[in-house]
This record gives sequence, structure tokens and C-alpha cells, in this order.
Amino acid sequence: MPDFDTVTPLPPAAKGDFSAMFRALLLPHRIVMLAIALAGLSAMVLMMNWSWLPAYLPKLGEGLLMTLYMLVGSVVMGFLLALPLALAQVSGPAPLRWLALSFCTVIRGTPLLLQLWLFYFGLGSLFAQFPEIRGTWLWPYLRQPWPYGLIALTVSFAAYQGEVMRGAFAGVPNGELEAARAFGMSRFKVFHRVWFPRAVHRALPTLAGEIILQLKSTPLVATITVTDLYAVITRVRQATLLTYEPLLFLVAVYICLSAVLILALRWLENRVPTGH
Amino acid sequence: MLESIDFSLLALDAPGWGGALLRGFLRSVELAAGGYALGIVIGVFGACAKLYGGRVARDLAEVYTMLIRAVPELVLMLLFYYVGTDLMNRLMQGMGYDGFDVDGLLAGILVIGLVQGGYATEVIRGAIQAVPRGQIEAAQAFGMTPGKVLRRVTLPAMTPHALPGMANLWMIATKDTALLAVIGFSELTLVTRQAAAATRSYFLFFIAAGLLYLALTLVSNVILRLYERRARRGMVPVQ
Repeated sequence: MPDFDTVTPLPPAAKGDFSAMFRALLLPHRIVMLAIALAGLSAMVLMMNWSWLPAYLPKLGEGLLMTLYMLVGSVVMGFLLALPLALAQVSGPAPLRWLALSFCTVIRGTPLLLQLWLFYFGLGSLFAQFPEIRGTWLWPYLRQPWPYGLIALTVSFAAYQGEVMRGAFAGVPNGELEAARAFGMSRFKVFHRVWFPRAVHRALPTLAGEIILQLKSTPLVATITVTDLYAVITRVRQATLLTYEPLLFLVAVYICLSAVLILALRWLENRVPTGH
Repeated sequence: MLESIDFSLLALDAPGWGGALLRGFLRSVELAAGGYALGIVIGVFGACAKLYGGRVARDLAEVYTMLIRAVPELVLMLLFYYVGTDLMNRLMQGMGYDGFDVDGLLAGILVIGLVQGGYATEVIRGAIQAVPRGQIEAAQAFGMTPGKVLRRVTLPAMTPHALPGMANLWMIATKDTALLAVIGFSELTLVTRQAAAATRSYFLFFIAAGLLYLALTLVSNVILRLYERRARRGMVPVQ
């Protein structure tokens, strides 16, 4: 019998049970809502002006690639930078601990946009004053905007992730580390066989959230003329004088990107044995 | 290096940019506070829709939070800004007024509030769930109306549970105001950029603005911690 009740709360769906998730979509009120959403979507497709899309598709592809480069580059480098930041705070000597803590506080306490502009306009103009730097092999890169964007995103991700990893390192039960030491492992071996894997394991659920947040920070690099997806859309808006169509397209792309990222990270998380 | 920096650029009066910077800072605080307050209101409604609403309200709230969490703030702000001002203009024209200039502060607060509301919904929902059911049932047993239960029992009882998350959201709100610079609001970040571009002393102004943001974060951290201690009075401390 179809379920026409729209008031009684639904029991939460079991995780990973796709047939149950599909059946949950077929409740009457959801069918109506889906129909309304589909009608709205087709109205958007039919009544709005999408004639610009085919011409800009290659540019949009390049923009998407740039966004993904920024995301992957800053997450990988930021994670590597977050490890020493977290370790310094957990087990470093006092000056190092203080330094890492103040770094994290300053970066987390100021807007990313400000940091980005400080790096690009500040450092950029500073570098240009020194002929020594202009002569080196680095100069062709330093003249472009993307290294500054990558640096700012990396530093920001490192500060936030360093805070997460600090908690994760501190949360590994002491007994496990003592057991590893009792087996005669060296300090490095304790770290790379027990402490580090256990900490990453604990930080994995929040890592997914942090990576999504990082994806949402990437469009800021468009403000320093890096041509990521957002910058391409801005250019489309200026060229076609359309207000909504390019923005709606951008929203759709980011929703898809977030969804793919969430699914991929959940898959990764499920592959790691929980040990319970 | 220090003597090459011209600190007189930070003077409060006309040739210096200090006054403009402080006005921008005030604008940022106004935007953040207004957006945060609006976000709390949306968050309470969203959390109630998710916890007590019918199935349609639940699904709508779910779609709203999903959208806010999946799309970059910058894009959302642009979209809300254009949709909001467009709708307002059409509404005013429909009511017979012509050409209505949407107040910048109001539009900014609206844009920040709509983004904050998505996150606040999740924080408040979790906090309400942490309130022991018996307390809410006791209030209902006294014959209080749902609105009264919410005002007298649920909201005060959930406050200590919501405070850590809401403190985090306040930090995000203060930093999100910087994104409005991209749309063209003259808040601290945009003023800083204009000052830096005019005088070409980028480091001085960006670092000065950074210190203002940092001071705001640190001061509100202290205040929020004091408030949390007050809200937690009478609760058994967690070991």
C-alpha cells in the first residue's frame, strides 16, 4: 500500500543499502518534490539562454582542471606541512610548540582572501624589486599568479589540518605507543608504524570535511587572476551579460564535484579497517 | 627594513588610511553580527523543521543544508546577491515604487545570514538532540504550547551544547565578510586593498588588516568562552 502519510518521521536509512535508498525516493511526497524539481530544471534548460555553453566548453574544461590542480596540490602539500605543525604542538620543545601554535592561530584567525592578496600583491611586488630574484630560474613561475594561489591555499589547509592532526596525534592511546616501544622499535619506527597510521585513521572522517571545505575555498584564487572554473564563468558573464545562467551552471558543477568527492572519500574510509 | 615602512600612512586623518580602515572594520563587524543573528534565526527554524517538521519540511531543510555545504560561499553569495536584489526590485516595482536601490548593508547581511543559516541548522539540530527528552516531555506535560516549550525549555537547555559550534560559526562569519569584497562591499578587506594599491605599501596595510581580524577573533574567543562558562553553570563538568 502506498504511504501517503507526510507527517510521521521516517526511520533513518541504513548506510550503503542502495535499494532501500532508492525505495525511500519513491515515497509520494518525494515523487511530487522530485517532479517539481524536474519541472523547474527543465524550465531552466528550456527558457534560459544556454547558447554560450558550447563555445565556452573547452575553456570551462581548462578551468575545471585548474580548480582540481589547486585542490589536489594544496591538499597534498598542506597535509605534508600539517604533520610537522601537529607534531611540534604535541611533542615538540616549547619554542617550536609556541611557534606552530601561533602560526595556526594567525592563519585561522584571518580571512583567506586577505592572505591570498598579501601573498600575491605583497610578495609579488617585493620579488619584482630584486634583480637577484628576477634572474633565477624561479622568476618565470613567480611572474604567474598560480604559485601564489597554491601557496596561500596550502598554508591555509596546513593550519586547519594541523589543528585536526594535533588532536589525532594526541588522541592515540598511550598504551599502543608504549607497546610499540616495548617491542624495541626506534622512535622513527614507532612513528611510521603505529603513531602516524593510527592518527590518520582517527583524522579520516574530519579529513573528508576539510577537503570539501578546501574545494569551496578554491574559487578565491580567481581574484588574483588564476583562471580556474570560477574565473572562466566570470569571463562568460562579462562577455554575454547574462546574470543567472553561468552562475547556475557553476552551482551545478560544484554540487557534482562535492558529491563525487564525498562518495570517493566515503569509499576510501570504508576500505580502512576499523578494528572494532 | 623597518625604517623603510611609512607608518604615517596608518594615521587616522585624511592623508593616512587609518580612519578608512577602521570604518571598514566597523562595517565588517556589522555585517558579521547581522549575518550571524539572521543565521541563528534561520538555524532555529531549520533545526525545528528537521526535528519536528513534516516530511516535506524535513526534505526541504535537508536540500537547503546540502546546497549550502556543497557550493562555495563566494558563488552562493553572488547568487543570493543577484537573486535577492532582483527579487526586491521586482517586488518594489510591482508595488508601484520605481527603481529601488537595495541598501548594501542589508543585502550583505542577507547573503551572509543565508549561508550561516545552513551551518547553524546543523549545529542547533545536534544541540537540541542532546537535550534530555524528559525535560521537553515534562514541559509538554505542563500543558505548554509548542512555542512556549521551545522558548522556555528547549532553547535555553540546548544553548550550552550549541555554544562550541556556534562560536566556530561566529569565527567563520567574521572571515566570510571578507568575501563580500569580491562583490564590491566596502568592508575591511576591500578598503585595505584600495589603500594598498593607492600607496603601494601592500605589506603594511594587509598586515594591519590581518591584525584587526586577529584581534576580533581573539577578543570574541575570550567573550564566547566566558559566555559558555555561564551557560554551562549547573552542568556536571565532563571529565
